[in-house]
Amino acid sequence: MSGSVIAKGGVARWFRRGPWESVAMTLIGGGIIMLVQPWSIDLYSYSFVTILAGTVGFVIVSHFPE
Amino acid sequence: MTTISQPDATMPGVSTPAKSRDARRVRGLSDRAIAWLFVAPTIALLLAINIFPLIWMIRLSFTNLNLSMSYLPLRFVGLDNFRDILTDEDVWFRLQTTAQFVISSVVLQVVVGFGLALLINRQFRGHSFWTTIILLPMMLSPAVVGNFWTLLLQPQIGPFNYLISLFTGVPPSSFSMTGQVSLAPWTIVLVDTWMWAPYVMLICLAGLRSIPDYIYEAAEVDRASAWRQFWSITLPMTVPFLMLAVLFRAIENFKMFDMVNLLTSGGPGSTTELVSISLKRAAFEKWRTGYSSALAIILFVTVFGAANIYVKTLNKVKQR
Repeated sequence: MSGSVIAKGGVARWFRRGPWESVAMTLIGGGIIMLVQPWSIDLYSYSFVTILAGTVGFVIVSHFPE
Repeated sequence: MTTISQPDATMPGVSTPAKSRDARRVRGLSDRAIAWLFVAPTIALLLAINIFPLIWMIRLSFTNLNLSMSYLPLRFVGLDNFRDILTDEDVWFRLQTTAQFVISSVVLQVVVGFGLALLINRQFRGHSFWTTIILLPMMLSPAVVGNFWTLLLQPQIGPFNYLISLFTGVPPSSFSMTGQVSLAPWTIVLVDTWMWAPYVMLICLAGLRSIPDYIYEAAEVDRASAWRQFWSITLPMTVPFLMLAVLFRAIENFKMFDMVNLLTSGGPGSTTELVSISLKRAAFEKWRTGYSSALAIILFVTVFGAANIYVKTLNKVKQR
């Protein structure tokens, strides 16, 4: 039983909304910068995937517990 | 002749059997069902106007549909449209132009808006009158603004060139604010700032009014100068509101179409061709429907992602 409590605590510790939201927002922000930066077309090519990953991630992690 | 008055069915307290049956039926509905009854028309409208076209657009973005050649069979092309856009230097340059416009106009709007908010926050004679005057541009439609600024900026008859000529001595018809490569980008920034700085002012004003007076009183007791009070109290406490204004205006300017289309139509050349104008050209001049749907999805996801950050910031400001 104590094992499951520990496991539950571990899961809860890993799936907290705050840090994951920050990660998702960083991905979105980074993707937008990649989309409009004037230096590398390779960065531009991968920008949409980055923004999409950030946005989908944000929608998912916003359902995590606080 | 005597008339016998009949009981009025519309009078309160008097009910007909049909009415009481209706009332019973309504009473029979649960709160949840009544809520759904009220919300259903809005949901139906949203589905028809927003969700259905969005799903249709997603479907089209994976096809080769070209409306000028609609006789060709519709073919599924997978991610080809997205690959074309994300390797196309022209679209990349349009996005850079958009970013330059967004950054310049948002910086100017924040500076002007915050300055106006600091002025309006002081109590002076005619305070309400000036607030209304400052807020006027924000209340106008972008189409109206685009049209009348086009008239104001006319090199031959527009008063703007005469005003510049008055201060600089340059002949009024020797330059065109919307027709010259070096001036056109700044013209759209100027007009956008004129229109939206009052909005930033309103948000900043809300921030300034939320600062409690006792903090300034404590600073006065500590003999802090006005400059010190600004840097240590006013600015830090209005930063969340400024962030909100920056995010909101950045999202709006990223989508900007109407005003720029009326002022310059993306010209001269493609100097002021924002990505929204590029999208309109691909969709309604070149009729590349599949391609333009894919571009619209890229812009939608970008704005949706930025809007998530905006809502998160808004919640943080609300919690203050």
